[in-house]
Amino acid sequence: MESLSNRKKVLEQKPMNFWERLYLPAIAQGMGITFRHMFKKKETVFYPEVEREFSENWRGMHSLKRDEQGRERCTACGLCALSCPAEAITMIAAERQKGEENLYREEKYAAVYEINMLRCIFCGLCEEACPKEAIYLDGPIVPADYLRKDFIYGKDKLVEEPLKAQ
Amino acid sequence: MSISLFYIIAFLSIIFSLLVIFSKNPIHSVLYLIVTFFTFTIHYILLNAQFLAIVNFIVYMGAIMVLFLFVLMLLNLNEDSEKSKSILIKVAGIIAGMCLVITLVASLKTLDASEPVILKTANLGLVKNLGKVLFKEFLFPFEVSSLLLFSAMVGAVLLAKKEIKSA
Amino acid sequence: MELAFVIEKFVLITVIFSLSLVVAMYSTLAERKIAAFLQDRVGPNRAGWGGMFQPIADGAKLFFKEEIIPTDSSRFLFIVGPSLAILTACIGSAVIPWGQPMLIAGREINLQVTDINVGILYVFGIVSLGVYGIMIGGWASNNKFSLMGAIRAASQNISYEIPMGLSLIALLLVTNTLSLKEITEQQHGWHWNVLYQPLGFILFLVCSFAETNRTPFDLPECETELVGGYHTEYSSMKMGFYLFAEYINMFISSAVMTVLYFGGYNYPGMDLVNNILGPTWGPLIGVAVMFIKIFMFIFFFMWVRWTVPRFRYDQLMNLGWKILIPLAIANIVITGVWLTYVVK
Repeated sequence: MESLSNRKKVLEQKPMNFWERLYLPAIAQGMGITFRHMFKKKETVFYPEVEREFSENWRGMHSLKRDEQGRERCTACGLCALSCPAEAITMIAAERQKGEENLYREEKYAAVYEINMLRCIFCGLCEEACPKEAIYLDGPIVPADYLRKDFIYGKDKLVEEPLKAQ
Repeated sequence: MSISLFYIIAFLSIIFSLLVIFSKNPIHSVLYLIVTFFTFTIHYILLNAQFLAIVNFIVYMGAIMVLFLFVLMLLNLNEDSEKSKSILIKVAGIIAGMCLVITLVASLKTLDASEPVILKTANLGLVKNLGKVLFKEFLFPFEVSSLLLFSAMVGAVLLAKKEIKSA
Repeated sequence: MELAFVIEKFVLITVIFSLSLVVAMYSTLAERKIAAFLQDRVGPNRAGWGGMFQPIADGAKLFFKEEIIPTDSSRFLFIVGPSLAILTACIGSAVIPWGQPMLIAGREINLQVTDINVGILYVFGIVSLGVYGIMIGGWASNNKFSLMGAIRAASQNISYEIPMGLSLIALLLVTNTLSLKEITEQQHGWHWNVLYQPLGFILFLVCSFAETNRTPFDLPECETELVGGYHTEYSSMKMGFYLFAEYINMFISSAVMTVLYFGGYNYPGMDLVNNILGPTWGPLIGVAVMFIKIFMFIFFFMWVRWTVPRFRYDQLMNLGWKILIPLAIANIVITGVWLTYVVK
């Protein structure tokens, strides 16, 4: 068939000459290449000790943020759970009591907030859905574990460290 | 020591050759045959025939029996897949076996009793001596037997090669 | 038989046996390390310094794994397979001369377990026997893939034994003896057989790759086609035996190649060294040289493994029957003509 674009390259396949058919030179050449690789710089990153830098839009483990006064931002509106395509997020809301103003920013807060890390696909939709800028996927890689139940992360693992008293 | 060793090994080789015949599974049968050949190798070593021993080891144990095993594995014979033979074949088998026994007995009778362990020339089995014997005294039969093997090889190639129809 | 002789041989056998096991053990580490280096990686480096204890960790893992014997397998043969594989791998070292006779406490000790009159043929026989372990194991597994692996192993070994034997014949024309000890002694200094038999050496090398089932000839365990080949059904230490047997085989065939073609313990200037160091320490240098050569060969085995891709089955057979065998026969003819008309 006629080539329309005229960019087709026809490769010429010559019959192999004696040296090529002998294969040994080709093998020697290949061995040379592999041998040279012995002295190249190793690409290995020694993972637990050295961590490779994440890219800027990396999405890792979730964290529930606090505001400037160290109060939890989350108001348990449930938008993150709704937006989650993997149905990984559940929460139980509770009303803020008197004297808890320094703990929770809004009048409603999440008493229980659980993410199933086995279900989560790290798409970042919860992050986008949150109206209070309370959840971000800015953590490290979620570590491996032995039991399924240990993959359901509660508030103890998700909420940011409280601000240091200054 | 040598004599008792000989009797032990001889006993073993008879046992294993009987097992070759009596085992139901053809693969087991071949494996027993391999062990039998191994005992033969030990016999050769007892006779100080190192070269023959090792050749028996390489050719029979290492090559021919591998081919036997190879073919049997491909065939996948089982105990059930073997059909019971007709009486005619059984009778023919008995007659053939009897003929073999008669020949063996007759040939043994004509021989004198030999001294099994004591050889007249103890170093006959070493490579150098064996080579000299083969290529000087028995040169003609040796070459003829090689011709026989060659013809067998040609025959095998002929049988294996499919006829290419010129159509 | 005096007692000292028995003790001497016993010690020698124990040393050689444990040495070949240790070498095989660390070959597994070396294999992984070399694979890593050739691929710009680091390789196992967590167990001990630079992964020193990795083989021990691997061995412990294999020991503690669950032993699985398939229900429909023939039980006895299933166990015989790996045992036979490692047995044949281990007894090959009996005829290899590791060094010149050493003088220890006024007693000359021969660094060779036994110098049998037909040494080369013994090694050859052991090598040809090695395939039984694979065949029996593959058949006893009662698994199609295992059976295919076993059958491939059988046909491959048979095919490559022929050019191997033929290249040996050309070597024997040069050496005029079958004893490995005499062959080594003939290669005194730098008179290595590889200088007289270059083509024979290449043929022997290719065939020993095939006989030890190493890449590019590792079709019996070709994992892309046959799952795991003949050891698909094996687990635990029985699997370990098969893997171990492969590495011991590699060690032994490296030793055999060293002895046959690369002068064994001989090295240029050995007389001088022996004169200086005396009859006790001089031969020890020879042993060290021998081991350096063996390790070079083992490295070469691994280097090839991580360079050359696996052959296709028909390519393997073509190479064996249509190229190597005619070349080996030509080598015999050339050697014969050379010895008859040129050297006299």
